[in-house]
Amino acid sequence: MLKLRSLIAGVFAAGLLIAPAFAEEEVVLPKETWSFDSLFGTFDLAAAQRGFTIYQQVCSNCHSMQYLHYRDLAGIGLSEEQIKAVAAAVTVPQGLDDQGNPKEGPATPADQFRSPFANPQAARAANNGALPPDLSLIVNAREGHANYIYGVLTGYVNPPAGFKMQDGMNYNKVYPGHQIAMPQPLRDGSVDYVGGVTNDLAQESHDVVTFLAWAANPELVERKQMGVRIILFLIGMAFVTYAVKRKVWANVEH
Amino acid sequence: MAGLHKSDISNPVLNWIDTRLPIFTMLQKEYGVFPTPKNFNYFWNFGALAMVNLLVMIATGIFLAMNYQPNTTLAFGAIQHIMRDVNYGWLLRYVHQNGASMFFIVVYIHIFRGLYYGSYKTPRELLWILGVVILLLMMATAFMGYVLPWGQMSYWGATVITNLFSAFPWIGPKIVTLLWGGFSVDNPTLNRFFSLHYLMPFVLTGVIFLHVAALHVTGSNNPLGIDVKSPQDTLPFHPYYTTKDSFGVCIYLIVFSIFVFFFPNVLGDPNNFIPANPLQTPADIVPEWYFLPFYAILRSVPNKLMGVCMMFGSIMVLFVLPWLDTSPVRSARFRPLYRKFIWLLVISFVVLGYCGMNKPEGIFVILSRLATLYYFAHFLVILPLLGKLERPLPLPESISQAVTGGRGGGPLPAGAAAKPMEKA
Repeated sequence: MLKLRSLIAGVFAAGLLIAPAFAEEEVVLPKETWSFDSLFGTFDLAAAQRGFTIYQQVCSNCHSMQYLHYRDLAGIGLSEEQIKAVAAAVTVPQGLDDQGNPKEGPATPADQFRSPFANPQAARAANNGALPPDLSLIVNAREGHANYIYGVLTGYVNPPAGFKMQDGMNYNKVYPGHQIAMPQPLRDGSVDYVGGVTNDLAQESHDVVTFLAWAANPELVERKQMGVRIILFLIGMAFVTYAVKRKVWANVEH
Repeated sequence: MAGLHKSDISNPVLNWIDTRLPIFTMLQKEYGVFPTPKNFNYFWNFGALAMVNLLVMIATGIFLAMNYQPNTTLAFGAIQHIMRDVNYGWLLRYVHQNGASMFFIVVYIHIFRGLYYGSYKTPRELLWILGVVILLLMMATAFMGYVLPWGQMSYWGATVITNLFSAFPWIGPKIVTLLWGGFSVDNPTLNRFFSLHYLMPFVLTGVIFLHVAALHVTGSNNPLGIDVKSPQDTLPFHPYYTTKDSFGVCIYLIVFSIFVFFFPNVLGDPNNFIPANPLQTPADIVPEWYFLPFYAILRSVPNKLMGVCMMFGSIMVLFVLPWLDTSPVRSARFRPLYRKFIWLLVISFVVLGYCGMNKPEGIFVILSRLATLYYFAHFLVILPLLGKLERPLPLPESISQAVTGGRGGGPLPAGAAAKPMEKA
């Protein structure tokens, strides 16, 4: 809604000159450049893979991604062997054994991402009463999308003087209300990168958000490519049908 | 043989069928040679576009239903299954989701066309009324469809909208319980909404059939709003309007595709990517964009029952529009005052939509009240008076005289309009 809303808001604000008077205390989101943003943009796969590493090592301790399967990782360029290895390193519940007891075993590519907690109650109990949201769709599920998630990850600062913090909460300049239950998850050097990529907070956040954006919209690249082909075809068809229409109507006074 | 239809179709197989069931004769009559005013502008494409849109919605909806689970614990995941695992499921869903928005864009323009050119006036009153029934059915269908993904906005939107009925004294709470199938929006609600969401399009198809049947009795209105007087005023539907509609469909599909492939969620709400949670109310509960003007009318009245009545009234007033507008002239082209007021109506509708998007505070309360006032005044005060006060411009003699600039309308090309009219 944000784009549409700001578009219409802009048009109206220009005409009415009253809208600014009613603007709420707006949080300014960072405006990052994202590989997937532009009309023909695709995912920066190297960044998404680094982002997946961060998810594995950091986020997945608290956050589930239940709508993803290990096989989906082919979408960020992991090979079949890599996916098998990633899955096999994780132990997941595998139904019941012949005696009716719960069984566990290494995951296969067909398995869903393992959730860190068995249920929401367990998640709350382990997190000071707060429920870490599932991250499968998080980029789509927040106003501001990728920039918002990036803003939260990089928005941990000291609270302004006189700001009353509740117990166990953390100050974040982007999070609504500024008090977030999640302690700062990423810092400079939180994750080791190979190949000379700087592992500062900005780069780590950028990478994990790229991964999360892919996770929320895995069809994005195929969708845009199909869109280009279909729209080009339709423009061609529009010319053809218009020519036919002109030809048919040529001998009618109208 | 008595009772058999005498068919003109030359193909023996088709002739055999047509003799016993004259569907080909009917198609030829209603869509082949059907005499159509020759002066349509592109506003007259939108009926055909709405028909195409309906077919797209039914086609994608059937395949979505094959993969959907109408159960509160499974519905949200089922959508993700469609988006991620079903072959081209994302395409089906984005087409269906944005198709709803396209449907309303097309239908709102179609309605504007009817208002501007006076298509609701005699003898097309029933045609118009059937159109308003279609609009109501569409709104009900769209509302129930939006509940099915079972996201936060689905759940809370359903809660707010169904609760509106509780405003009616005595029967209100009973209606709400019936809609919910219980005492809150829950699994029975989702089940019945899914069932009805699948049923309604077929009811809609039935009413659309009547709408089109009524159209084929009265014939189409046209931008001049004057009656067809001679065969020189019309063209056969095919090939003249089939080709024009084909071009319109291409442009419509381009706009549709831009939404589906590049901005599939721009008209949606981020909250609907969060699974429904009865214990957590979102900061703002906003309906889909196409309901915003009506939502603003609802909120512009401080009293709940009155607000609900005004909201329903804003559609109901359309049913009696043919009798509220007292002017005998159809087209706004020849109504110098109406031509200005109709744009005020459009502006008030857009302002209402914008107010519906924002919290009902400060300036938005005043704006939405002013716009609501104008919306009702337009239909209930201005239109009845305008017919008496306004001096319409002189109407042209005939469509053909008008389109040929008074040159009397030359002879029609061979095989264009004259011949079909002999048949009709």
